[in-house]
Amino acid sequence: MTRLPGRGRVDHDTTWRFTFDGRELTGHPGDTLASALLAHGVHRTGSSVNLGRPRGIGAAWAEDPGGLVQVEEPFPEPMLLATTIELHDGLVARGLSGRGRLADVPDSARYDRMHAHADVLVVGAGPAGLTAALTAARAGARVVLVDEQSEAGGDLLGTADRIAGAPALDWVSAAVAELRSYPDVRHLQRTTAFGHYDDGFVLALERRTGHLGLAAPRHVSRQRVWRIRAREVVVATGAHERPVVFCDNDRPGIMLASGARTFLHRYGVRAGCDAVVFTTGDSAYASAVDLADAGTRVHAVLDARAEAPAYWRAECERRGIPVRTGHVVTGTEGTEGTGRVSAVSTATLRDGVLGEAARIECDLLLVSGGWNPAVHLFSQAGGRLRFDNGLGAFVPSGELPGVTVAGTAAGVFDLAGCLSRDPADAGPAPTPPLVLWRVPGEQGRQFVDVARDATVADIARALGAGMRSVEHVKRYTTIGTAHDQGKTSGVVASGIIAELLGTPVRELGTTTFRPPYTPVAFAALAGRSRGALFDPERTTALHDWHVARGAVFEDVGQWKRPRYYPRPGEDMDAAVLRESRAARRGVGILDGSTLGKIDVQGPDAAVLLDRIYTNLMSSLRPGMVRYGVICGVDGMVLDDGTVLRVAEDRFLVYTTTGGAATVLDWMEEWLQTEWPELRVHLTSVTEQWATFPVVGPRSRDVIAALAPQVDCSAGAFPFMAWRDTTVDGVPVRIARVSFSGELAYEVNVNAWYAPAVWERLLDAGRPHDITPYGTETMHVLRAEKGYPIIGQDTDGTVAPYDLGMAWAVSRKKSDFVGKRSFARVENRNPLRKQLVGLLPLDRATVLPEGSQIIGTDTLPEPPVPMLGHVTSSYRSAELGRPFALALVRAGRDRIGQTLHVPVGGDLVAVEVTGSVLVDPEGARRDG
Amino acid sequence: MQLIECPWCGPREEVEFHYGGEAHVSYPPDPSTLSDEQWARYVFFRANPKGRFHERWSHSAGCRRWFNAVRDTATYRFHGVYRPDEQKPVIP
Repeated sequence: MTRLPGRGRVDHDTTWRFTFDGRELTGHPGDTLASALLAHGVHRTGSSVNLGRPRGIGAAWAEDPGGLVQVEEPFPEPMLLATTIELHDGLVARGLSGRGRLADVPDSARYDRMHAHADVLVVGAGPAGLTAALTAARAGARVVLVDEQSEAGGDLLGTADRIAGAPALDWVSAAVAELRSYPDVRHLQRTTAFGHYDDGFVLALERRTGHLGLAAPRHVSRQRVWRIRAREVVVATGAHERPVVFCDNDRPGIMLASGARTFLHRYGVRAGCDAVVFTTGDSAYASAVDLADAGTRVHAVLDARAEAPAYWRAECERRGIPVRTGHVVTGTEGTEGTGRVSAVSTATLRDGVLGEAARIECDLLLVSGGWNPAVHLFSQAGGRLRFDNGLGAFVPSGELPGVTVAGTAAGVFDLAGCLSRDPADAGPAPTPPLVLWRVPGEQGRQFVDVARDATVADIARALGAGMRSVEHVKRYTTIGTAHDQGKTSGVVASGIIAELLGTPVRELGTTTFRPPYTPVAFAALAGRSRGALFDPERTTALHDWHVARGAVFEDVGQWKRPRYYPRPGEDMDAAVLRESRAARRGVGILDGSTLGKIDVQGPDAAVLLDRIYTNLMSSLRPGMVRYGVICGVDGMVLDDGTVLRVAEDRFLVYTTTGGAATVLDWMEEWLQTEWPELRVHLTSVTEQWATFPVVGPRSRDVIAALAPQVDCSAGAFPFMAWRDTTVDGVPVRIARVSFSGELAYEVNVNAWYAPAVWERLLDAGRPHDITPYGTETMHVLRAEKGYPIIGQDTDGTVAPYDLGMAWAVSRKKSDFVGKRSFARVENRNPLRKQLVGLLPLDRATVLPEGSQIIGTDTLPEPPVPMLGHVTSSYRSAELGRPFALALVRAGRDRIGQTLHVPVGGDLVAVEVTGSVLVDPEGARRDG
Repeated sequence: MQLIECPWCGPREEVEFHYGGEAHVSYPPDPSTLSDEQWARYVFFRANPKGRFHERWSHSAGCRRWFNAVRDTATYRFHGVYRPDEQKPVIP
């Protein structure tokens, strides 16, 4: 064990059991999986994805490129970092060899989303972030403070720093307590700001119960995404230490120097017994000194610089740690089995040339190649970066409105600077770091991105292939594309590319930082928007009746519509043949409530509709209904439906089910942007009106029984008229319109009374065996009559003439939307595709919708001339055979011809007919 | 996701809005007098500048009203919004 009793912020008195790679191990509350593994001397977590080389824990938090694990219990989750998994009792995990495993059972945990608005959002609860949050809170601002760790403190959690003569964490506790005293401060730990977008919009992932393991309460969401909009965003996200690249730098036991210091101070874990420290700057000396004080034998500090800082040299000498300046690590050796580092090769490095070599045995190699400010959130929002030669790192450059970068993230590396206070507590004066990206050596063994097995040789290959941009090299080598998104490797890659190209790194730049900062599960992004809540489901007032009746539903846009009502033993074909026979011979009834309805009111209502519809609506008399077509300015059909004139200044416009929103938006757009002088108001009343078409030769008897006070004779209640009446005191509007060619009445009623009126209709229809039918039968009935469905038989390139609907286009009106386009030469082209009927000559094949149509009875060599395609196709009870509607080039001129439709491997011969196949004379309309 | 200033409602989330293409393309007073090409210019042709662009937006998930905006197509930033009955604003 390398756990130090009493050290760190873990609860040594409580022991938890967990399983890793089948081994039962122990840890303490406050541990991460990584710290608990290191406490047992386990560095290796798995193998690399391509080369199968041993991989281990390389840092103490999300920047770790190596320590990937798969969690198995409590719920399988792949590709997690051991360093960011908070340990809990009963955790079962195993090391990953490249790829993880998704759960094969649904994730039953809840995920959610929250919204917050703030004057100031502070990201990061380290010294700089806490200072910013305190300053804003004291000024009375509404503050949100988020931090990705389990507790506030940031880097202070992993050091022995002091503030004002007391442990720094005392200052952190006081700051957190003070923030808690402000009612307008929201402080969220375990919350990672992962995306920074326009105008102060930040997404943050809060992990609420994952750390509780099996004890997580079911009623609390596991994670939730905060959508935060802030006037000011303070980015106080700290910095990531980066390594230096040398041969075989990818072994377990090789770790960032700050990581080992964090494992020591925060978790009371010594990451090794025999350490070597390799650094290019001052900060790693603190790791060496602290580890030595904790009992690790530090065999050498190898400082690549010519001079060691005097303060730290003295501190090392006091502890007997040899400091070797001008020295670097050139390679490593590993232990059999785990591959953990067992020795390092060192050499002097002067003017880029390696000199005198040596070998030091060790089980821990700490590396520090400098610090990269975590500028991700600044950069994501469009902030520019510049390379600071003094720091050897990219830092924020210039202003970004509403964004402030504070502390280490801004390149301020001393604690006093982060606290915005007098440097009375300051430690030793810093000395400049050396920028060293890599040590000379065999490129193919020098790993730039250990998560991707990408080496210096891969970069050289990319450059050899002619690539010069870091973005191109990234994509060619995959450097920076793993779970860590290159937190430790990205800038190193830039440095090595610059070095190999002989250009300054400040000119080359670095790759663009994109969200998310750390991986976010799709489940969290989806939140509650999954399953039935993914998209709103709309149901009619009769939905429960349909369900009870055993309807098979289909989705029509967001609506759930009954497709057919199978009787025992019936499949869809059988049910639809029965339902459509009933509607043509007896009486059927449909729930047509999903039809769009728009209440058009105002003195200029008729003027608006005359401009929107292709036909004349102003001449419609109150009490009557007219079918109309709406076109775009390009003259192509947009929607169709009936228009019912309620009064001089009021119309009820029916749209298709799918076109309801489109038509309302379309009318609003013209009204607001082109004709604001028209006094018209539009309101959607789709949900308010329930609509029940009662269809078939016996429908008159049903309506007469429902509303005996209405004279239903053909003379008194003609086609395309409507009448208001009451049923049991409930106002009901009955319109004689037909979408089937049969005698039909549409019964409209306030949706609150829909179930009652529906039941009355069923009662009234019982003597006639009234048959409820669904959308499939509705389609068959309308297709037999050649009535197109906009969006199925049309596709935005079909004009009214193409549908044979010249009769619906007014010649009287001087203008309406689309009229001018009808006069274009192309719109008059007789070779345009036109809607026709098709009858398969074998009287058996139901042509698949979408099938192509050709003119020859054998398939010619490609390219095959296509004449059109099948748009609707059904079995017809009335015709006793299948039929189809199709858009066919010059279709109306082809009526009577035989064309061919490839179906499977065969060609099916079809006769071209007019689009109206049932009752072309319209004799059934009046019953 | 930007905040877009609706002239009636104030700043609202971008997802509440719909884009409506170039502004100030008015419906021709008498389309029947136009040649096919002139008509096609109205129906199909729109400017596509890099930089400031006068365009239409609709607060479709809010007040459902249309308005005009001046937006930079290169930076996406809005430089001003105005109601359909207002003059184009002068933006420095």
